[in-house]
Amino acid sequence: MRVVAAMSGGVDSAVAAARAVELGHEVTGVHLALSRNPASYRSGARGCCTIEDANDARRAADVIGIPFYVWDLSERFHEDVVEDFMDEYAAGRTPNPCLRCNEKIKFAAVLDRALALGFDAVATGHYAQLRTGPDGAVELHRALDEGKDQSYVLGVLDQQQLAHSVFPLGGTSKADVRAEAAERGLLVADKPDSHDICFVADGDNAGWLREKLGDRAPNHGGDIVEDASGTVVGSHQGTYAFTIGQRRGLRLGTPAPDGKPRFVLDIEPVTGTVRVGPREGLRVDRISADRPRWCGSPPDRLEGTVQLRAHGAEHRAVVTVDGDRVEVELLDPAEGIAAGQAVVVYDGTRVVGSATIAATQRVPA
Amino acid sequence: MTEPTARTVYLDHAATTPMLPVAVEAMSHHLRGVGNANSLHASGRAARRVVEESRETIARVLGCRPGDVVFTSGGTESDNLAIKGIFWARRAEDPRRTRILSTAVEHHAVLDPLVWLGAEDGAQVELLPVDEQGVLRLESLRESIARDPGSVALVSVMWANNEVGSVQPVEEVVAIAAEHGIPVHTDAVQAVGTVPVDFAASGVDALTFTGHKLGGPFGVGALVVRRDLTVSALVHGGGQERDIRSGTLDVPAIAGLAAAVEEAVKRQPEHAERVAALRDDLLRRVVEVVPEAHLHGAATGPGRLPGNAHVGFPDCEGDSLLMLLDARGIECSTGSACSAGVPQPSHVLLAMGCDDDQARHSLRFSLGHSSTQADVDAVVAAIGPVVERARAARRP
Repeated sequence: MRVVAAMSGGVDSAVAAARAVELGHEVTGVHLALSRNPASYRSGARGCCTIEDANDARRAADVIGIPFYVWDLSERFHEDVVEDFMDEYAAGRTPNPCLRCNEKIKFAAVLDRALALGFDAVATGHYAQLRTGPDGAVELHRALDEGKDQSYVLGVLDQQQLAHSVFPLGGTSKADVRAEAAERGLLVADKPDSHDICFVADGDNAGWLREKLGDRAPNHGGDIVEDASGTVVGSHQGTYAFTIGQRRGLRLGTPAPDGKPRFVLDIEPVTGTVRVGPREGLRVDRISADRPRWCGSPPDRLEGTVQLRAHGAEHRAVVTVDGDRVEVELLDPAEGIAAGQAVVVYDGTRVVGSATIAATQRVPA
Repeated sequence: MTEPTARTVYLDHAATTPMLPVAVEAMSHHLRGVGNANSLHASGRAARRVVEESRETIARVLGCRPGDVVFTSGGTESDNLAIKGIFWARRAEDPRRTRILSTAVEHHAVLDPLVWLGAEDGAQVELLPVDEQGVLRLESLRESIARDPGSVALVSVMWANNEVGSVQPVEEVVAIAAEHGIPVHTDAVQAVGTVPVDFAASGVDALTFTGHKLGGPFGVGALVVRRDLTVSALVHGGGQERDIRSGTLDVPAIAGLAAAVEEAVKRQPEHAERVAALRDDLLRRVVEVVPEAHLHGAATGPGRLPGNAHVGFPDCEGDSLLMLLDARGIECSTGSACSAGVPQPSHVLLAMGCDDDQARHSLRFSLGHSSTQADVDAVVAAIGPVVERARAARRP
């Protein structure tokens, strides 16, 4: 196949590109320029959008011996990922921009462009496996290395996208990938993994939102209220700085009546109220989600597992689907689940699909 | 860097052009020798002789005096030296001289020093408008100078544009500036060897050229600058090159540069005629295949660099076209190269009145001394399917 290897400048995508070549594909390396102002994105080895990262990707392509180009997707990225991120926070939800980027950029804008230019597929360094199912459809499975598994952020891909994807790293551990990079003479072998959000330059999410949201913020401050009693226990400078389950940085003036730590239980952007309470209040037994994306044909009802955040635990669950509505009954309760996060549904190791969490519910004991 | 092969159709001579055999010979000959041109012994004197003979050769073919030639590391350094060095010296003579007038279509090696002087050193920079062919509107220069002639430190107008190939009215610029005794610098990097350039006849006070654009080596160029014009130094040290540009002289590179300039200028008339004919053939046949394709910049003829074909392909993105042609062994450019590799809409095309889309749908084919009819035929054969593909890849 003719394959576009998306190369971030990191070790995973470099090894993925090298492996794609060895699989017999005709590979072209492409670095995605996602920032409208490269200097403003995370610098050094931790992001994926700096000029330094583009150079690392270019050098990796040289070593592998493939052509290399930079594709400017900064406008699309801003519209589809950064704006969405801001809108979601402004609405009191907690988005996952990496999923959005995979859905709208890497396996949409990039894939569409690649197909139009005569390529057959996009290869990335994601840790996930593709298999052919009994019906001939492409199935997305968890990676062999459970610690590195990234199937969660790929749960937004549909059959058409999966059919044009290549994930050469799904069957390997991260340690092996690093060793292989060193063996292949790829200088990025020791580059640290990226973790935080690439477009928040210093990792200060709340500070970034405060600066960028400006007038779009639903509020610039309000009360922190004890959920059970309704007592005002503190104040804050904007609900967008909080996420459900957050414990740090609440700076409560009034100690909790039970003396136990307080967690964010609910965020009300319109009134500017942040509700806090004890850990028990974070328990979630039921989830309602919308905007489903199915890897294959949508299920009606499924007894399987769900994952609620990247690198989060698996919860046994019963998932019921009615059109665009997805109801999840958690057999293993979860804690601190925010609207806006993705619920990814698994059947064993197979990813069934995903949906965006709209509401959560606790079933009183 | 690659050896040009039978497979490679190299049409990016405005980015860099292969070294002429005489230049390779001259340079490699001196790479084997020893001698610092500032040493007093025989080897030093021999090295110095090579430098001075090179200076004399360049002076002879470019119409300047040997003492006007200041060797530098290339075009960017020469432009920086001219702009900053002349600005600082002229302002030191008269503190009212804070204005620098230039054009909106200059190379970044001129624009960026100007922006820097504006931001860091109190210069008032005016980037004068161009017409839709990319040619400076002379009346805007006249008006700008007339507003306050005593405050103009320098005028800098490129000889010919690197992207769209339009030749600027340098003689008229000189005539206007001369009325007020204002010095004129010109970036002639694209011009020397491709169009007639005579320093004295042009009347400019300073002129930039570089080796690798005319068949000489990388990393060497010169600022030709009138001996009696004071220029502040940027690089201080041993006092070489009139104390304007210190640093041990690169004797082999200077020998290679002189050989290339001599050969390129000697061949210029026939080179221009041959390359322009190829270019015209390319344009005519590309438009036959892709009727919507159109030339940007000045009409072909003396107002345009002979090897430049800057073509707009509506509904395509330049970087898609470039990649698809590259995959077929055809090498061209979307404009000027960018350090991050991210294509920005060209400031030249925007200044000519193109919108963002038009500025992104272009390719620059630039022909040079090694270009052949087979190169043109290869482009004509490839361009139809490539444009079709690129159109499909364009964001709906």
